[in-house]
Amino acid sequence: MSTTQYLFAGFGGQGILFSGKFLAYKGLMDGANVSWLPSYGPEMRGGTASCSVIVSDTPVGSPIVSRPDVLIAMNLPSLDKYEDAVVSGGTIYVDSTLIERKVKRTDVKAIYIPATKLASDNGTPTLANMIIMGKVLSEEGQFENEEGIMAALKKVISAKRADMLDVNMNVMRLGHEYAE
Amino acid sequence: MAVVFDKPHALADVPLHYCPGCTHGIVHRLVAEVIDELGIEGRTIGVAPVGCSVMAYDYFNCDMIEAAHGRAPAVATGVKRSDPENIVFTYQGDGDLASIGMAETVHSAARNENITIIFINNAIYGMTGGQMAPTSLPGQVTQTSPYGRDTSLCGFPIKVCEMLSQLDGPEYLERVAVNNVKNVKNAKKAIKKAFENQVNGKGFSLVEVISSCPTNWGMTPKKALEWIDEKMIPYYPLGVYKDRSAEK
Amino acid sequence: MAEKVLMKGNEAIAEAAILAGCRHYFGYPITPQTEVAAYMAKRMPKIGGTFLQAESEIAAINMVYGVSATGKRVMTSSSSPGISLKGEGLSYLAGADLPALVVNVQRGGPGLGGIQPSQSDYFQATKGGAHGDFHMIVLAPASVQEMAELTVKGFDLADKYRMTAMILADGTMGQMMEPVSLDFAEGEKVEKPWATNGTKMARPHNVVNSLFLKPEQLEKTNFERFERYETIKQNEVMYEEYMMEDAEICVVAFGIASRVSKNAINEARAKGIKVGLIRPITLWPFPEKAIAAAAEKVKKFISVELSMGQMIEDVRLAVNGKAPVTLCNRTGGMIPEPEQVLAAITEAAK
Repeated sequence: MSTTQYLFAGFGGQGILFSGKFLAYKGLMDGANVSWLPSYGPEMRGGTASCSVIVSDTPVGSPIVSRPDVLIAMNLPSLDKYEDAVVSGGTIYVDSTLIERKVKRTDVKAIYIPATKLASDNGTPTLANMIIMGKVLSEEGQFENEEGIMAALKKVISAKRADMLDVNMNVMRLGHEYAE
Repeated sequence: MAVVFDKPHALADVPLHYCPGCTHGIVHRLVAEVIDELGIEGRTIGVAPVGCSVMAYDYFNCDMIEAAHGRAPAVATGVKRSDPENIVFTYQGDGDLASIGMAETVHSAARNENITIIFINNAIYGMTGGQMAPTSLPGQVTQTSPYGRDTSLCGFPIKVCEMLSQLDGPEYLERVAVNNVKNVKNAKKAIKKAFENQVNGKGFSLVEVISSCPTNWGMTPKKALEWIDEKMIPYYPLGVYKDRSAEK
Repeated sequence: MAEKVLMKGNEAIAEAAILAGCRHYFGYPITPQTEVAAYMAKRMPKIGGTFLQAESEIAAINMVYGVSATGKRVMTSSSSPGISLKGEGLSYLAGADLPALVVNVQRGGPGLGGIQPSQSDYFQATKGGAHGDFHMIVLAPASVQEMAELTVKGFDLADKYRMTAMILADGTMGQMMEPVSLDFAEGEKVEKPWATNGTKMARPHNVVNSLFLKPEQLEKTNFERFERYETIKQNEVMYEEYMMEDAEICVVAFGIASRVSKNAINEARAKGIKVGLIRPITLWPFPEKAIAAAAEKVKKFISVELSMGQMIEDVRLAVNGKAPVTLCNRTGGMIPEPEQVLAAITEAAK
């Protein structure tokens, strides 16, 4: 039985919900059971926005992720809030442009990537989320099948914005190729 | 023998429950005559209010719906949106339309909902036994204003036609009365226009009918009709408050 | 089977309603159900339907009343405080025997409460929800797929029994996305000879009405309505049993609470505790027979709820003193974690 619980957290506007939706679709297209649950309400416009994604080969029970296997932290308040919740042996992805401190836990794997800077240098400042996503897919060995990634992108990017498909694919490659 | 006077077909052949001297019967008849004249009975749906005319659903031969207190314009909106070819009217009193149902009244007018509203303003709650209405006159004695309506305590009457005329939405607003033959004839014209507007797809048409309530006003029927001239009409002047087709 | 798409629960309800033949929607914005209205605003104009943002929840439910009176499928949706406002209309719909679909994506209360998920409108939904002798059929989805399926089912039941069917969801069900297969056809059309859609001068006038001034007459209509309710109790109860075959402890939970409970039950089973779940899908009619049957063999019941304990009263009635029934709950917008439910199960197993 394999179930991975992801928690994406950051500021509203960082594309937290979008990258979560992409990952859920990726799972769905790979034949997994998936769920996606956003935080909602006023906190979407300022404070910490988060979204729970579960990808599992068995039916998803509760869609609420309170003990993530994987935390994607895109700002300091998110890391402060959720670091302790990550399961032992889990992984924390840190946008090191926006989060200056290191992960305090020693029983989890910490991966630092200056996603916001990479996105900005690439001329795509709003896509730091997808740079981290590229890194996540890379770490999970999911980058070997780029066609699968593109297929999932097509599900979350409307046909009207087809030009964004390659843009997203390219920034994910930046994350994939980034080495600390 | 030539028949010179008959009951309109749209008016059911049943005794009405209204008090002696009440003008609801006159207005019911005018509405039914208009439905007959326009030949729309088979596609007309009426919405009855809560108030003295609550049982209007038994008095018209077209399909009828009984609405919750004040909600007739919302119900009528649903009926009209369901089938815009149908003709939908509400028949509401002052408490129903101008107090508890004010939001529904204003917003259906603002949407220029293509419905017809017959608004009976007799300045009192009749069905519950004569309490103060939103249109009761300053100083008017009712069961809940036993010392006369004190405007410093409970505010001023609401002039519905004047108020709605400030909106861009409504097509046609007119205030009429039914206290004498001339006024009844004018009322018929206004009601007919309000239905014709709907048939022609023009939009929200409301006719405010200044009516009497001898029982709860504590007057004879004759005195009540005079009181309309003496007290009601000076406060609620008759006339057209909005007519978009005349503006063009 | 149609291709699975990821959809929010709120959107799945809206699309399923359209597939079920609903072409009229009236609503008013309130979190966390607003996506239903937004979806309808986008779709309805393209399929010749009506979306109207009403001036209030009260107006919206009365617009529903108007469309329903004409015999067409119609719905509204709201969240807890808005459902209270709709209470008036729910009672009138019941009194006039009109079918409608009403969605409540619950949030914490009372009062303005909060906007996070809750199940604290259980009493309101299952006991009638407003003045007078009446019930609504109350359907409690536990997945996005069920949000869609029960919407279609709700329209069918509403038409069949001439009453309101309510989808009693919560903030998580409305907001979450899951794969959903929207493979629905419009149900069988129910004849509605009572509809006020114009006499065409071909029949006596129809009257849609809830006023009966003669008590004998009102009593008679209420008796008749409750006879129909008995038929519903016989024929329409829906529930899911999970690991109940050998269960010594029975968790009763619906909606999101049932999913949290399943996680806890799986963990408890791994520890050798014989625990199962009864998940009511219809909250009214309540699966009282299934729970009564379980009470013959189960030693303890746990009602898991996102409220101060409302369904537990119905569980106790069904258990009828044969076993203790305890509450495991969070409220105010908080959701019990599997650990909390597991602790309650472990305690019960002692």
